[in-house]
Amino acid sequence: MDRRTFLRSAAVLPIAGTSVVFGTAQVAFAASPANANYNRILVLVELKGGNDGLNTLVPYMDPAYYALRPKLAVKRDVVVQLTDRAGLHPSLAPLAAFWKDRELAVLQSVGYPEPNLSHFRSIEIWDTASKSTEYLQDGWLTRAFAAQPTPRTFAADGVIIGSSDLGPLSGGGTRAIALANTEQFLRRAKLAQPAPIAGNPALAHVLKVEADVAQAAAHLGAQYAFKTEFPSGNFGNAIHTACQVIANPSGVAVVRVTLTGFDTHTNQTGTQARLLADVANGLAALKSGLDELDKWNDTVVLTYAEFGRRPKENVSGGTDHGTANVHFALGGRVAGGLYGKAPDLARMSADGNPAYALDFRGTYATVLDQWWGVDSNAALGGRFAPVPFLKT
Amino acid sequence: MPSPLAATRFALLSTLTAMAAWAHAAAAPMGYDDARHLLARTGFGPTDAEVRLYAALSRNDAVARLLRETRTTAVTPPPAFASDTGPLRRPGPGASEEERKAFQQEQNRRGLELRAWWVQEMLATPSPLTERMTLFWHNHFVSSQQKVRVVRLMYGQNAMLRANALGNFGALLHAASKDPAMLVYLDSAQNRKGQPNENFAREVMELFTLGEGHYTEQDVKEAARAFTGWSLDRETGQYIFRPGVHDTDSKTVLGRSGNLDGDAVLEILLAQPSMAEFVTTKLWREFVSPNPDPREVARIAQSFRSSNFDIKIALRALLSSDAFWARENRGTLVKSPVEFVVGTLRQLEVAPSSGLPFAVVSSGMGQNLFSPPNVKGWPGGNVWIDTNTLLARKQFVDRLARADETPVQMMTAVMPQSLALGLKPLDSGIPTGAEARPAVAPQSSAVEEKARGQRLAREVDRGMRNLHFDAAVWLAARPGATPEARERAAQVLLLALPPQSPPPPSDDALAFVRATLSDPVYQLK
Repeated sequence: MDRRTFLRSAAVLPIAGTSVVFGTAQVAFAASPANANYNRILVLVELKGGNDGLNTLVPYMDPAYYALRPKLAVKRDVVVQLTDRAGLHPSLAPLAAFWKDRELAVLQSVGYPEPNLSHFRSIEIWDTASKSTEYLQDGWLTRAFAAQPTPRTFAADGVIIGSSDLGPLSGGGTRAIALANTEQFLRRAKLAQPAPIAGNPALAHVLKVEADVAQAAAHLGAQYAFKTEFPSGNFGNAIHTACQVIANPSGVAVVRVTLTGFDTHTNQTGTQARLLADVANGLAALKSGLDELDKWNDTVVLTYAEFGRRPKENVSGGTDHGTANVHFALGGRVAGGLYGKAPDLARMSADGNPAYALDFRGTYATVLDQWWGVDSNAALGGRFAPVPFLKT
Repeated sequence: MPSPLAATRFALLSTLTAMAAWAHAAAAPMGYDDARHLLARTGFGPTDAEVRLYAALSRNDAVARLLRETRTTAVTPPPAFASDTGPLRRPGPGASEEERKAFQQEQNRRGLELRAWWVQEMLATPSPLTERMTLFWHNHFVSSQQKVRVVRLMYGQNAMLRANALGNFGALLHAASKDPAMLVYLDSAQNRKGQPNENFAREVMELFTLGEGHYTEQDVKEAARAFTGWSLDRETGQYIFRPGVHDTDSKTVLGRSGNLDGDAVLEILLAQPSMAEFVTTKLWREFVSPNPDPREVARIAQSFRSSNFDIKIALRALLSSDAFWARENRGTLVKSPVEFVVGTLRQLEVAPSSGLPFAVVSSGMGQNLFSPPNVKGWPGGNVWIDTNTLLARKQFVDRLARADETPVQMMTAVMPQSLALGLKPLDSGIPTGAEARPAVAPQSSAVEEKARGQRLAREVDRGMRNLHFDAAVWLAARPGATPEARERAAQVLLLALPPQSPPPPSDDALAFVRATLSDPVYQLK
């Protein structure tokens, strides 16, 4: 057998092995309880680096805002007004349609007690839903799926697009697939060697992961021809890939996309305007794509980031690491409106950051308790009041 | 029914027989399988020649030899910046944007150089155990370049860990606690009388010596006061004691009271009964199996304690334990990314001209040297393997075996995020006195960052392409009279257990080697 023959035969392995994979998967994954509704999809949008929330949802009537940001403040006349006090950054104009349709929830002052200002540590706190002083290994979704598994017929528990870091799906146990685009994943997936799960726990784990790759590859092969025109650029491609993943008929509970570059310590204005335009155009395309699949009503989109940025601008035309931040929830079943409280710029901590009003774990509780109907206690290590941004 | 006396006699006889058998096993040549197991567990992937050398020794002699040949310094000349001794040149509050950027770029460059150097040392060292232990302590006394920023301090810590890696644990604990990188990483320099910072005090108990549940929050608070005054001299980059900020009042830590200083607290921690068990358990997970046997751990911890914490004593006991040699414990540990990458290069006997590509590739598999994810280090074990990292591993070995065919973008798929590699502006920094955190961190444009990532990707790609692995030559050099025998020998060398997906019969050496390296069992040791 020459090299090419070997490659060809290796290439068919994942498909040929599918029945084996299904057979063994039954052992590995317990049946999902009837009340868990994982046919509803969660799309997480990570704004990596720490998006500046204060210029995202602008308190355009607050003189304190303009005093803190002589150079960076968004001018009153360009704000996309949502209420008589708050408006969106002009780059977010495409989100106005969501607001009008009452499908955009704006979550204000999302954070946690004893905030950590390190990128690495703070995103770990968000990903693992830990306390500020607690180090957890598994992501919050990993714990959720361990307590209540997704249906074993799903292509995967979750798909991570455009990042090698599994974030909320990190740790052992989940069927999390990281890919840049489905085509490239399918090419790499040919290297997987599915075989019946057996042997010592370490070997069984490796074999399970091999099977996860093969199962995802077998399900993500078909390409759906969208009419939607996806924006060009990395984030547009990621949104397109997200739609492709969601189009697979066998299901996936979570998709995460990441947009990087929000760590705007210098010359923030142009950078943030470009990034927020990417976000808004990407989310508009996501809705359009999911409407084509008739899945918009079965999807909730949630943005997150490690932290917000300090209200007082710095000397370099940028902002430094902050704490509480504004985030969005969107979807056909989202109850649009403002949630939480606008940051109180008159009363800030010693290091110049506002207090949080919504615990980020409350937004996770909404997803777990109310969207999927699974017990949030297991995943969050305690009870957090869900933020009521879903229609009842 | 045998009489009690007969039963005792029988038991005594069985014990004697067992002891004789054991003595025989301990003295007889251990053979290829055992030697392979010992070297795979205590080093990186062993070569056939290394395995054969050890196969002729008894288990006891082999363990003794491994421990005799350990080193306290690296054989690879360190990067030039390692010998810097002057002030820590870090841009102060008044520095210009250009100065900040230049500093950051220089640290990024040095960070890559440092990683390349360590990988090179892992490949070149005559004592792989020394590097494995240095890596073990790097993951125990954790510091990260992401926070420490000044790369020269990370080198200094690495040299300190190697110097003490197989020495005395007490000396190591004292050295690691006052290590300049550690002083930055766990905020010791911000820990002052009246304004205690508990970061180091907490982690030294929870992660370095005792483990959770063996101390109270009050112990942490009191110990933090004892550690006040430990600081970093920015003029020399060395540890300095600042009596002016040291709390001289009485403290009580774990039941001992007095005007304790930091060294006194470390001695109190060393004297805790749970300390030896804590460290022995962690060593067990590294070398023996994922499931420490509490009775064996207690036995080994006792000899560790009796030796006043001689690390070699603990290691010798672990490597001589029945559990270490037990069949059922073979192939039960997952190779870390660095073990996987370095081990593959060693076993296939390919010598790269630079360690850099392999440091980057390991980072893409989840182990970025000098940047563990947090103070707890890499969790390791099964967590090393997820769909992403498994495919990165498979792609690496696949790529190794066919250097010319894969375009650059395939490798960039396994590239780490630039953030993880320290290519981006980093967090925190050396305390500058009153203001610990820079008001403005340097920021480079996304374009520059992308260009840097692409340059690195090209370098990785070049490094991979420049490796010359000839599967036919390598396979022909295996012992055995027939091609089948040589293939079996290759499998025995490369795999800790029989293959899960045995390759189909083929006379294509490359296909055979690639299939063996892609076998699920190749992830294990």
